[in-house]
Amino acid sequence: MKTVDLAIIGGGSAGLAAAVSAYDEGIRDILILEKDRFLGGILNQCIHPGFGLQEFKEQLTGPEYAERFIEMAKERNIPYRLDTMVMGMTKDKVITYSNAAEGQVRVQAKAVILATGCYERNAGSIAISGDRPSGVITAGLAQRYLNIDGYLVGRKVFILGSGDIGLIMARRMTLEGAKVLGVAEIMPYSNGLNRNIVQCLVDYDIPLYLSHTVTKVTGRHRLEKIEIAQVDDKFAPIPGTEKEFEVDTLMLSVGLIPSNELFDHLGLPQDKTKGAIVDQNLQTGIPGVFSCGNVLHVHDLVDFVSLEGKIAGQTAAKFIKTTETKPTKTIDVLPGLGIGYVVPQKIDISNRGGNISFKFRVKAPVKDTFVTIKQGTTVLKRSFHQVVIPSEMINMTLAASVHIDEATPITVLLEAKQ
Amino acid sequence: MHDVVILGAGVIGAFIARALSRYQLDVIVIDQENDVGNFTSMANSALVHSGYDPEPGLLKALLNVRGNAMYDQVCADLDVVFRRIGSLTVTTKAEELPILKELQERGRRNGVATEILGHAELHALEPELAPEVVYALFAPSAGIVDPFELVVHAMENAIDNGVKLFLNEKVVAINKIDNGYQVVTDRQTHEGRLVVNATGVNSDRVAELVGPNDFSIKPRKGSYFVFDHFDDHFLKHIIFPVPDEWGKGIVVTSSYSYNYLVGPNSNYTDDREDLGTDREAMAYIKEHALRLVPRMPFDKVIRTFSGLRATPSGGDFIIAEASGQPYFINVAGIESPGLAAAPAIAEYVLAHLIKGKLELIPNERYQPRIRPLYRFNRMSDTEIQSLIKQDPRFGHLVCRCEMVSEGHIADALSRSCPPHSIKGVKKRTRAGFGRCQGGFCQPLVLKLLADHYGVTPDQVLYDAQSTFILKEPLGKVNPDENR
Amino acid sequence: MNRVHELICIVCPKGCHLKIDDDLNVSGHDCPRGVVYGKAELLNPTRLLSSTVAIESADLARLPVVTSCEIPKREIFNVMEEIKKVSVAAPVELHQVIIANVCGLGVDVVATRSVKR
Repeated sequence: MKTVDLAIIGGGSAGLAAAVSAYDEGIRDILILEKDRFLGGILNQCIHPGFGLQEFKEQLTGPEYAERFIEMAKERNIPYRLDTMVMGMTKDKVITYSNAAEGQVRVQAKAVILATGCYERNAGSIAISGDRPSGVITAGLAQRYLNIDGYLVGRKVFILGSGDIGLIMARRMTLEGAKVLGVAEIMPYSNGLNRNIVQCLVDYDIPLYLSHTVTKVTGRHRLEKIEIAQVDDKFAPIPGTEKEFEVDTLMLSVGLIPSNELFDHLGLPQDKTKGAIVDQNLQTGIPGVFSCGNVLHVHDLVDFVSLEGKIAGQTAAKFIKTTETKPTKTIDVLPGLGIGYVVPQKIDISNRGGNISFKFRVKAPVKDTFVTIKQGTTVLKRSFHQVVIPSEMINMTLAASVHIDEATPITVLLEAKQ
Repeated sequence: MHDVVILGAGVIGAFIARALSRYQLDVIVIDQENDVGNFTSMANSALVHSGYDPEPGLLKALLNVRGNAMYDQVCADLDVVFRRIGSLTVTTKAEELPILKELQERGRRNGVATEILGHAELHALEPELAPEVVYALFAPSAGIVDPFELVVHAMENAIDNGVKLFLNEKVVAINKIDNGYQVVTDRQTHEGRLVVNATGVNSDRVAELVGPNDFSIKPRKGSYFVFDHFDDHFLKHIIFPVPDEWGKGIVVTSSYSYNYLVGPNSNYTDDREDLGTDREAMAYIKEHALRLVPRMPFDKVIRTFSGLRATPSGGDFIIAEASGQPYFINVAGIESPGLAAAPAIAEYVLAHLIKGKLELIPNERYQPRIRPLYRFNRMSDTEIQSLIKQDPRFGHLVCRCEMVSEGHIADALSRSCPPHSIKGVKKRTRAGFGRCQGGFCQPLVLKLLADHYGVTPDQVLYDAQSTFILKEPLGKVNPDENR
Repeated sequence: MNRVHELICIVCPKGCHLKIDDDLNVSGHDCPRGVVYGKAELLNPTRLLSSTVAIESADLARLPVVTSCEIPKREIFNVMEEIKKVSVAAPVELHQVIIANVCGLGVDVVATRSVKR
């Protein structure tokens, strides 16, 4: 059977950053396996600016950001395969992949980095009521058709969900001559970055209907109209608040889900993030299998994805060089008051490493609050934020010098300003 | 003039076409949809019932049991996934035991072996059943089938044996002429000595085109939840509740593809094209499912859909000559157990309604089997590698959720009943059936269809004729044009 | 009457809620960039514009482009009209100028990726 030191599943932002960082740590026998016909992943279709402020201290478009990392990988001659699908992986890190040139291939890897990104929540799983016409499409798919293939999916559009992808597409479709009649968001606050609310909706006079959802879809073959209604605090539609819109396209931007399907049957412990449970080294429940990027938890800033990819590359490199096995001592990291989830969910005390990066999201928007990392009553780190919102992931780094107690769980929580 | 004109390319039309193709007859099939099996035949529970349920003496009973027995051979010949997993009709009420016994007796009279299980036995078989379930009627001959492959492969076999298929043609008039009938569609006129009306939900209206008919169809809608793959062994049998006046009730079952299916409910509707889903219906179905299988993971639902049953006035299948017209045969009201009965219905129509009217000379070139599919799960590694060497497209996977290759799609396109739409590809290959619902593969499938049919991407359809996915290409404005 | 305008600052992910009056007094910012942004946004709002142009190439159907720096918000659709007219042929270098001095704004439209032949 073929062997490889490091198999990286996914050649998007996370996978590329991991590959470059593993190489820089001395690993040469690397193989990136990418399912699409190009490297760069979803960045290729994110043609808008807003990437790289943290990573490169510049504002780049998606393709520019991707090209930086692709160049880094190519300069280092890191091997990769395109149009290549990983079909499965065993607990012993035997990966089966398939492409036209090689057929189905089995490879024994010493370490594996999962960087498979995420997929869009779609019409099927949110069970929209009404007919089943064509014209209901997820925003990311519409984005691919527009920016990669050069086709408009419709001319009169309504968007469900104020996630960033939907907002970006609201602007993009408008610029290409479509009419976007509105965006409905079921929550009482928007899910997207403020920058996108301003530059995609306010700029183009596209109304945002907060606390609204789509209640009906009409059209036998092609979409003809939709109905939205306001919802109450239990998200049930309020009768009498219905509004109708004549559209040919309903674009869904209702969330992203980590693409973990290859690993469902491996029993990798998962969090409510729908991603794997990892320690600060991004190692999952299977020794030598690491997870980073959107497949670990859905990000909103690609810079954080690259950061995670780098950590995974470094720790995977260390694993290959020293073949450490399971962590011998771990403590839990728990989301406390106001926090939805925290990654990592565990700290491997036996392999502390250097700085520890905690990434988390709050449950609801809060103003003027401390964000605190605590162990028992000891504050490990605390910072003050004027505004925290669920759609913006927060990253707090604990320096290597900060002492961590070996027996007490760590909690990340919000604390009110006294 | 053709010998037989079959109206409707659903499961019934397809099996009748296949049965007729054994003989030297000129047979055509006409359907208004853009694919075969595109209405009721693709939106049902995909169950091959054992046959204890229909009232003994009805055609439903006779043909259900006979059809069920034919399924192993039919699915072997047509390479259709069929698993005879057995069914459990369960109750939480001890006082309903007499109902199960009555069903058992009905089964016995229909020639179906069943067994009544007590609490311990049934929970040993199915640990996920609610603890309140006290008795179950076990019918080992019930099975689950791939309803899409069933119709496509039956029609492919019929076409390979000489039958001609006309899609996207809606029948608007049928005129009696010398020696036969003139079937006028919105595209052309066909003539046939004998007409079979297997048009499903609209069969009463089609029957009226030749004269007053003595039956009517009342469409009855049923909705379903489709679940992601999560545990192939969560349920091992089809789970039925005790039937009520609406029918067999809300079923919870594994499907041919190890997805799970929950549904259907039952609601009469006047709208013969209404396939929408509504919140109340879905909530009702969910509630009833959870009563039987409390841990059914509704957070793993990947799709909902609805189907319309062609419920006949009179309650039994209508398989008979139109009044005073021996060469116009109605095969109507084929609601449950229609799928199970389909091969037997075709056999019956041939034996009782066509034999004696047309000469049945055997077609010596008749081939009952289709060219088998390339199924990786039954090929060895060597066979797969060799296939990919021969045709590298089998190495290029296009659908990640269901692991479908470009080669599989090319193979479907090369067959005699090929897909004409994204949905058609989905039904034949499963590309797009998974949790991402085409999010990744749709652009790739779209391109394959556009290339194969030599059309631009914005001409590729999702399903029926006006269901374009892409509206228009981004045009380069000619700078010489007046602005 | 001195009106107070409410804007959300977009300079960094914090999205501070700014208040600016007609005399350009800014409050609600967390850093000096917010003051600059608030004033500029009121007086002369500008935007980066990204889009795609047609490209003849083996690998790609569309080439992503962006304005080399921000353009006045009111010029967005004029610049889009110019972008829609363009078609290029591979190879293309990263940041290659696709349209120089678009609409006379002193801003170029540049490629945001390289494309081989």
